[in-house]
Amino acid sequence: MSNIKKELIKRILVLDGAMGTMLQQYNFSEDDFRGERFKDYPSPLKGNNDLLSITQPKAIAEIHAKYFEAGADIVETNTFSGTTIAMADYDMEDLVYELNFESAKIAKQVAEKFTEANPEKPRFVAGSIGPTNKTASLSPDVNRPEYRAITFNELRIAYKQQVEALIDGGVDILLVETIFDTLNAKAALFAIEEVKEERNIDIPIMVSGTITDASGRTLSGQTVEAFLTSISHIPLLSVGFNCALGAQQLKPYLQRLSNETEFFTSAHPNAGLPNAFGDYDETPKQMQHYIEDYLKDNLINIIGGCCGTSPEHIKAIAEVAQKYKPRLIQEFA
Amino acid sequence: MAVSDTKKYLTLSGLEPLVVTPESNFINVGERTNVTGSRKFLRLIKEEKYDEALEVARDQVEGGAQILDVNMDEGMLDGVYAMTTFLNLIASEPDISRIPLMIDSSKWEIIEAGLQVAQGKCVVNSISLKEGEAEFKHHAKLIKRYGAAVVVMAFDEAGQADNYDRRIEICKRSYHILVNELNFPAQDIIFDPNIFPVATGMDEHRRNALDFFEATKWIRENLPHANVSGGVSNVSFSFRGNNVVREAMHSAFLYHAIKNGMNLGIVNPTMLEVYDEIDKDLLERIEDVFFDRRDDATERLMEIAESLAGTSRDLSAQSTNIQAWRNDALQDRITHALVKGVDKFIIEDVEEARLASDKPIEVIEGHLMIGMNVVGDLFGSGKMFLPQVVKSARVMKKAVAYLQPFIEAEKDGKQEFAGKILMATVKGDVHDIGKNIVSVVLGCNNYEIIDLGVMVPPEKIIETAIKENVDIIGLSGLITPSLDEMVYVSKALEKENIEIPLIIGGATTSRAHSAVKIAPHYKNTVVHINDASRAVTVVGDLLKKDSRVYKEQIREEYDAFREQFLKRTRKKEYLTLSEARRNKFKINWNTSEIVKPDQLGIHIIDDFDITKLEEFIDWSPFFRSWDLHGKYPAILTDDVVGEQASELSADAKKLLKRIFDEKLLKAKAIFGLFEANSINDDDIEISLLKAQNETHKFLTLRQQSKKAKGKPNIALADFIAPKSTGKQDYMGAFCVTTGFGTQELAEKFEAEHDDYNAIMIKALADRLAEAFAEYLHKEVRTKHWNYDRNENLTNEELIKESYKGIRPAPGYPACPDHLEKTTIWEILNVEENIGVKLTESLAMWPAASVSGYYFGNPEARYFGLGKIKEDQIEDYAKRRNISEEEATKWLSPNIAD
Repeated sequence: MSNIKKELIKRILVLDGAMGTMLQQYNFSEDDFRGERFKDYPSPLKGNNDLLSITQPKAIAEIHAKYFEAGADIVETNTFSGTTIAMADYDMEDLVYELNFESAKIAKQVAEKFTEANPEKPRFVAGSIGPTNKTASLSPDVNRPEYRAITFNELRIAYKQQVEALIDGGVDILLVETIFDTLNAKAALFAIEEVKEERNIDIPIMVSGTITDASGRTLSGQTVEAFLTSISHIPLLSVGFNCALGAQQLKPYLQRLSNETEFFTSAHPNAGLPNAFGDYDETPKQMQHYIEDYLKDNLINIIGGCCGTSPEHIKAIAEVAQKYKPRLIQEFA
Repeated sequence: MAVSDTKKYLTLSGLEPLVVTPESNFINVGERTNVTGSRKFLRLIKEEKYDEALEVARDQVEGGAQILDVNMDEGMLDGVYAMTTFLNLIASEPDISRIPLMIDSSKWEIIEAGLQVAQGKCVVNSISLKEGEAEFKHHAKLIKRYGAAVVVMAFDEAGQADNYDRRIEICKRSYHILVNELNFPAQDIIFDPNIFPVATGMDEHRRNALDFFEATKWIRENLPHANVSGGVSNVSFSFRGNNVVREAMHSAFLYHAIKNGMNLGIVNPTMLEVYDEIDKDLLERIEDVFFDRRDDATERLMEIAESLAGTSRDLSAQSTNIQAWRNDALQDRITHALVKGVDKFIIEDVEEARLASDKPIEVIEGHLMIGMNVVGDLFGSGKMFLPQVVKSARVMKKAVAYLQPFIEAEKDGKQEFAGKILMATVKGDVHDIGKNIVSVVLGCNNYEIIDLGVMVPPEKIIETAIKENVDIIGLSGLITPSLDEMVYVSKALEKENIEIPLIIGGATTSRAHSAVKIAPHYKNTVVHINDASRAVTVVGDLLKKDSRVYKEQIREEYDAFREQFLKRTRKKEYLTLSEARRNKFKINWNTSEIVKPDQLGIHIIDDFDITKLEEFIDWSPFFRSWDLHGKYPAILTDDVVGEQASELSADAKKLLKRIFDEKLLKAKAIFGLFEANSINDDDIEISLLKAQNETHKFLTLRQQSKKAKGKPNIALADFIAPKSTGKQDYMGAFCVTTGFGTQELAEKFEAEHDDYNAIMIKALADRLAEAFAEYLHKEVRTKHWNYDRNENLTNEELIKESYKGIRPAPGYPACPDHLEKTTIWEILNVEENIGVKLTESLAMWPAASVSGYYFGNPEARYFGLGKIKEDQIEDYAKRRNISEEEATKWLSPNIAD
């Protein structure tokens, strides 16, 4: 049994919060994004957060450390857009391997330091695998519904590169997250299975979908149960939801998911719904309150935050999480 | 992670989930979106009318289908493209995509294409052990990785399971491999243990239903969590046309199948009686058959079926009692004989009619035409099939032949025809099976046919058309040069100011070719007809009193089609010839295994024992030539055409036996194996053994369309070691024929007014020629060249081209250049040695002949040349030493616009 499974039987694990929100505080300029190495790079690079793992590695390590200090058991690598598909926006497809490898390494080093300091509470790194900026089952052109901007195979190849680099960099878990199109996620899972087979290894996989709005469906139209059915063919560590909704709005869907699945469950909701300026104002206290509802109903094994959450939010979540028992699953019942 | 046993149910998803629990009773799969089962759907897909195709899918969902089966397996379709496009479109229709998909194909690439565009959890239909464990496991593993459930057919290397023990054996073995070796979730397995027809009258079918029930029960009890599915309408196959009985049988079968554990399946809801409302007596007799409860069960069911037949006014039900119809009124008897194709009593009946009529001609215009009109209507509405109609024609011809002397004696009577139609296979082409079928069908509908036969020069067509004052000219052809010849004929007709509608047909012709290449050259109407059943309607419309509107409509349609076609041609990118050559198919000649043939030189087989070929016959194309579509042997039990296919098959086997017993056809072959090397990229130089300095060159053509990264632009020359490598390589060429004797036999049958067998003999000769080519290739692989001495392939594997090396034929996709045949003829001296000739369009005579090359390299494979560009034409003309114009003429179907 993997170490993380052993921990999951014992307690509720805490995932970190937003990376983007934290990076905003550094107020990095175009020059900071470029660093010395990409001084003369032809395309503008400001906003390419994943690149900061190479140009501002200290900041990234600092953020990971803050989340671990706040009580997180798992931090996510800074690789949400680390595929050739998403990196095409910055003409940085060739950098994909390095970005993922370095990001994994930074997070792993920080995690090891914390584990060493407190071996009773081992810390883990989850390689973040985002949805890319293209959808395999929706057409971007309303007049050509049969058209697709990306194919399964293109996604599979791109994901495979990312997965290999993340594993080489030392991640403990792979986290396929913010899934708004299940077909994209299936391509990622297909790629992971290929890598597992080729390297003859096993690595825990977390899958986290996104319920777009009150319709209760993914962007590609699936209900909670249909989504779950579509990704359960792979032995997963956990399945859950993140992003788009706050903890309060997410609860009914989490409830349904928890009823249906035999995997561990996870959630990392946003700090509420965005206000008129696109900012998130749910306080750590408020979020803690909503999350305590999950815990009372025994819905959750892994809990953290997405957009708008900070180490203070995670600290509040971690405090309440340790008071409750983890959700039981059949395998260990 | 183990999933608890309590929730091990088959769970699928579209936008919404579908959980198959014990309470679900029965999950119905919608199957109208299947090109093999629905002619309408096939037409919509072929014509790219995806909007309407989506409506078919929507109707299925609204009609209560819980899973949608999609199948795009049809020879003329780009299955991967059609599957991808249709599923992508379904994805944008939430009211359709809410239910799970069943991706149905016998081709793995199509299945994979479907799986790659479906976000939900689908069912793959199907896999089996038919091709062995390795392929089965490979596919199952990928299916699991794509996240789909799977239908497993009870089929293994030895064939389809047709009894209880075989069903159990195969399902058990499949289950074991899937669950224990591959860790495939047991609840994601759906067994299809084969529902076969009952009450067929054959002893070996007596337990068909019972075996299915018991096997289903066994699977559900012994293979935990596995599901069972089946196509229910097969069971009532013997009662086609008798819906009362069929509906009752479906319902009763479903009742018992479900009781025994079948939980999914394909049932047409409109063909289902309510179990409790089935007449008690009928139900008892049906269940007697299902459970094989008494020796006379079948007879008793037939008996009651006959008594119920009247309640559904279907003609085929009348046939159940052969003797009874002899007591009917005269007209009914004649109609019956025509519809059923029974010629036993026709002379007797026609004589009775003649005595009762004022003039003998009235029998033709009255009795016989009334009967033929019924045939025409049934055929037109899809209730009769081509072989039946040809049989009807045989009866008609016999009757007319009998009446002819009486009509002539009367002098004043002349048969009034509905129109006069000239039919011809164009110059240079010898293929006439399709043309003869259309002639017969039109003849049945009272058109006078002037059949000019094969290889008809344009002058003769024009001369006859004028002299005979025909109403329509029909042109037919099979080989690609005939397409050009048809264009030429249409221009010649226009030049003579002839105003007669033109109908175009034949295997290589298409609506696109007719609209784009022929119609613009001819002022009068040009119509393409793709099957015989359409011929009658089209001719009828063309010849009705005021056909102006119809003709204008056709013209407009073709104009629009042409425009659309030219516009929609998906923009293809091409490489220059030199770029394409740089991207050739690369074989590592340092490591590639080259085997020197055991017997170099030329070999002649003069009088071959033709009976050896029977086991090598690929029957599916034979049924296709009769407009019956489906794969052999499955076609024999097909829901729609199975009955006809079985009958046709029996007739074919009967004639085949005669061919063998009476040695009616002669089989001859010649082949040569030579030293060969490729030179200048695309040519292959071969040296004949006797005169070392005598060399010949095969010219091959290279693919020029731009390929996906890593995919080569292939020419056949790539499969032969270049001279520059210094390695001696080898290749072969061959010609086989089984056609000697065909023409004489066909003429003999025609003289006996037996068009049915006249067409049959040609279709069989074609199959035998293909079988001979298959046989000879095997002999060459395993004996004469002997590069694959350990080969051990079944006929099915041969048909699937699983062997090592290839035998492409000039005129076919890898090598569309017919001129290559002249080189083969030169090298092997084919005409002198075995008597097979080439026409001016380079068709082989006799028609039942096959010629081609042998390539032995294990990496050699079949491919399609596709379109090529002017630079290759220019280069090719130089190599061939002909003008560019001539090169363009021969290669025009492959030249990119």
